[in-house]
Amino acid sequence: MTLTETQITKTIDARGMACPGPLMTLIGAIRAGAVGDTFAVLSSDAGSKTDIPAWTTKAKHELIEVRPGDGYSTFIVRKAH
Amino acid sequence: MDDQETPLSLILFSGTDDRLGAAAILATGAAAMGRPVNVFLQYWALDAFRKEKVTAWHGAAPEAGPAGAVLVRTSQTAERHWSELFRQAKDVGDVKIHACALSMELFDITTDDLDPLVDDVEGVAAFMSDATTGPITFI
Repeated sequence: MTLTETQITKTIDARGMACPGPLMTLIGAIRAGAVGDTFAVLSSDAGSKTDIPAWTTKAKHELIEVRPGDGYSTFIVRKAH
Repeated sequence: MDDQETPLSLILFSGTDDRLGAAAILATGAAAMGRPVNVFLQYWALDAFRKEKVTAWHGAAPEAGPAGAVLVRTSQTAERHWSELFRQAKDVGDVKIHACALSMELFDITTDDLDPLVDDVEGVAAFMSDATTGPITFI
């Protein structure tokens, strides 16, 4: 499966990182990025399933997609401001 | 993020790696969600923030038992250590770590002895004035 609609600026492979590592890595990437940049975060941490959506809403960025994978999920997040 | 978030105030008493780890997780999560965090270090938690032993093994809480202690010890790798989480929390949000003035005196600790994660030395009344809104959690 490929993402045809969304162009990914950067893929962050955070698999194996413990909570809240994947979220913290995403926050760092969003801060360093430009508005419109889209990040794909691969996370095997169960906490990410709640934390990344909660943070994205709170920080007013855009969670484009959560794609389940084998033992991990991929979170597509766009820097909105 | 708006800056009207309710602060989280943590009083850290215990100096074991599991309790400090749990506190660091709470601080990191609150900071990531835009909540200011005030941490007040007393007794054994303050002792654990001495710069020469911040990453040393500080043991586990009694309920961990021998097997739990092994689990805690192996979980404290360099990138997952509680001190690293506090560093990330400070990096991502408004997190202040204060040393309790009384505990400093009691343990004969000077500011030079403390890890740079610690912002300042504060009396309990000053900490309480920072913590007038939001919960205070004692760990």
